[in-house]
Amino acid sequence: MPRIGVFVCQCGNNIAATVDTKKVAEEMAKLPGVVYTTDYKFMCSSPGQEMLKKAIIDNKLDGVIVSACSPHMHEKTFRKASEAAGLNPYRCEITNIREQCSWVHHDKTKKTGTIKSTDLTRMVIERLKRNRPLTKIKIPVRKKALVIGGGIAGIQAALDIAEGGREVILVEKEPSIGGNMARLSETFPTMDCSQCILTPKMVEAELNERITLYTYSEVEKVDGYIGNFTVQIRKKARYVDEALCTGCGECIEKCPFKAESQFEVGLTKRKIIYTPFPQSVPNVPVIDAPNCPKIQKDKCGACAIVCGPKCIDFKQQDRIETVDVGAIIVATGYQNMANERFGEYGYGRIKDVISGMQFERLASSSGPTGGEIRRPSDGKIPKSVVFIQCVGSRDEKKGVSYCSKVCCMYTAKHTMLYSHKVHDGQSYVFYMDIRSGGKRYEEFVRKAIEHDHAMYLRGRVSRVYEKDGKVIVQGADTLSGSQVEIEADMVVLATAIVSRDGADTLAQKLGIGYDKYRFYNEYHPKLKPVETVTAGIFLAGTCMGPMDIPESVAQGSAAASKALALFSADEMTRKPVTALVNRATCNACWDCLTACPYTAIEREDVRNRQGETIRWLARVNEGVCQGCGVCVAACRSKSIDLRGYTDEQVFAAINAF
Amino acid sequence: MKIKLAKEDIESSKIQLIERVSGEEMRRCYQCGKCSAGCPVSFAMELPPSQVMRFLQLGRVDEVMKANSMWTCVGCLQCYARCPQGVSVAAVLEALRQIVLRKGTDHERIKDVPFPFMKSAPQQAIVCGFRKFVS
Ligand SMILES: Cc1cc2nc3c(=O)[nH]c(=O)nc-3n(C[C@H](O)[C@H](O)[C@H](O)COP(=O)(O)OP(=O)(O)OC[C@H]3O[C@@H](n4cnc5c(N)ncnc54)[C@H](O)[C@@H]3O)c2cc1C
Ligand code: SF4
Ligand code: SF4
Ligand code: SF4
Ligand code: SF4
Repeated sequence: MPRIGVFVCQCGNNIAATVDTKKVAEEMAKLPGVVYTTDYKFMCSSPGQEMLKKAIIDNKLDGVIVSACSPHMHEKTFRKASEAAGLNPYRCEITNIREQCSWVHHDKTKKTGTIKSTDLTRMVIERLKRNRPLTKIKIPVRKKALVIGGGIAGIQAALDIAEGGREVILVEKEPSIGGNMARLSETFPTMDCSQCILTPKMVEAELNERITLYTYSEVEKVDGYIGNFTVQIRKKARYVDEALCTGCGECIEKCPFKAESQFEVGLTKRKIIYTPFPQSVPNVPVIDAPNCPKIQKDKCGACAIVCGPKCIDFKQQDRIETVDVGAIIVATGYQNMANERFGEYGYGRIKDVISGMQFERLASSSGPTGGEIRRPSDGKIPKSVVFIQCVGSRDEKKGVSYCSKVCCMYTAKHTMLYSHKVHDGQSYVFYMDIRSGGKRYEEFVRKAIEHDHAMYLRGRVSRVYEKDGKVIVQGADTLSGSQVEIEADMVVLATAIVSRDGADTLAQKLGIGYDKYRFYNEYHPKLKPVETVTAGIFLAGTCMGPMDIPESVAQGSAAASKALALFSADEMTRKPVTALVNRATCNACWDCLTACPYTAIEREDVRNRQGETIRWLARVNEGVCQGCGVCVAACRSKSIDLRGYTDEQVFAAINAF
Repeated sequence: MKIKLAKEDIESSKIQLIERVSGEEMRRCYQCGKCSAGCPVSFAMELPPSQVMRFLQLGRVDEVMKANSMWTCVGCLQCYARCPQGVSVAAVLEALRQIVLRKGTDHERIKDVPFPFMKSAPQQAIVCGFRKFVS
């Protein structure tokens, strides 16, 4: 005969107002196998837990029921207390008589609430009687991390993990790490030069012995689960041997052909064999294969002739490498919305309408104009520049409904840079609201207006057109209620920040969620901001949504600390509520395999002594199984059960009603 | 209303004069509207205080000159007391009046003021009125 104890909680008045807890305890005492019952004001309090422990020991209980709030709240608390008193924690069960009973009953006579609580508790008692003691699952953890994306968020995460003493693989799809930040001129709100604060970190990432860089590489396939991921990385053909190249740049010098530079956002051209920018990490060129006549039609080959260490190999192929890691951090960043999408601003049609990122390059001392603000059409210094904010942002109809968060700030920055470089120039900013939430941000914007004389106009622009060599901007100033026309020399668009092309494909490979804009979903927007629903995969930076550098860096560090916490023990423990296949009855129909949303079911081949496969069986990978129970419902031969919620237990509970 | 805007409008000599006389910088105003919210005669002004500031920021001096705002202002300084940016619209309106009156053009002529009113009004009000409306 089992020896069960039942503890009914009053939860102050939360339960006791509509449930007669004393009566519930008395009723339960009448059931066979129940040897101890009581009610108490707050079971979760220290005295409540002590009482539970003492009762287990004194009465030699082999199972306990706490009828209280939702198991989400205190299942852990009571299982821990039971374990401390020598009971298997999975012999402690919770009946929810608060959320599912007292809170939804208004009968102050307590009649209905008491009946329902009695029923619910009785059902759980029957389930508990059939509970088998379970032991926590232990999974070994590989103490190595993979960071996808080498922008500032990814670099920071990699550096922090390395600092914490663990190995990191940093995968970057471009030829150099650095991401968008490498393009920026100076950065708000302190105006430090972007390259000056970024490149030391890039170099640190390259030199750190715990960090392995895979540049010009992409993640091909991800298998496994928390602590035990296996990842295939495609190293794209660079056509230059990384191990031999000394970075002398002779090849770049001699290459006779050019193509548009993506790094310079199309403002200038680069050679076919190139590094994206002078401080690239690694400082190893790549050949832009589609544009190289040698690779396409076997003509040229100049680079290979001049290369001293002979590291150019036109026959190089993509290579796939497989790595094993315990945690993955996704930091794949953002891109800007296509400027051409808004015909009214004339981008693509009018040469002197440029994007914010192009302005960054114009203002950058390493940019195509050496930091002088010169307009693309004729290289003249523009004396009147109009900045248009919210291009595509906050535009439900044609763009995206969200605010891109950084453009207010970088536009203010642009007006400052402009006024510092062109003293007799005038800048105008069309804005809808000025969003400058952040430390010293509002002061920064006021400085642009009051000190650097930017003229802010509240309203959008409806038309930009050319007339007599000028760019005419037609907008509104709602503060004075007027239509405003400005003759500009150049127009700069603060285009919306959007997710990267292919963000969804990568998410599908990783099994993480994304929103309708393909920004990755955090587990909980407030309390789990860098976690994903897939255990062991974390997020950092703008792949989650628009944010600035300080936020991206903070998230990189946060994600790193999550990975380091995971690596702090050799094994991690998991709840043993997982599916279990009955090997005697499984007929390998694989319905469970298709049903499982976590791909936790594997095919097991059973072999005889000669090593021949004699039959197939479904097997549950306990590291991956989340205990959702979908396979249990799918299995036609009823060969899968969920530990702690077996069919036998569930039917016993139903029968007790 | 449609306006053309250029650096010359924003920094015209007229604006510079107003800034010099008033000691206020137009671009300091961030258009929160608190001055207009508190001004006791805002309702009677063709351009309430914050609008006066906006028009001047845009270099629209002539329109401000034509509006009754500067003459309606009673000089209570509530706008200045409340302005979070420390801007005194009162000083700007005073500057505008000064610019008009210094040309010798009176806004009111003493002989036009009805005698019975002169007799009944407090002496101080009459003195203040002359100071404000007469060159
Ligand atoms: C015009 C402009 C000006 C700005 N100015 C400022 C400023 O002054 N101050 C400030 O704080 N912020 C500024 N920002 C914002 C700033 O650029 C971002 O906050 C920051 O760069 C985000 O870094 P990140 O690492 O999240 O993303 P990214 O910089 O986009 O880095 C992501 C990296 O991941 C790589 N990647 C993408 N997909 C894959 C894949 N599938 N596999 C492998 N690698 C991949 C990319 O190649 C890239 O290197 C500005 C933004 C713009 C548009
Ligand atoms: S072979 Fe290709 S990369 Fe090399 S120099 Fe010729 S064009 Fe340039
Ligand atoms: S940050 Fe400013 S410019 Fe950018 S979308 Fe938001 S409100 Fe518009
Ligand atoms: S000083 Fe003039 S403008 Fe300012 S609140 Fe008083 S009446 Fe209004
Ligand atoms: S209170 Fe000051 S800042 Fe606000 S609108 Fe008036 S003058 Fe401008």
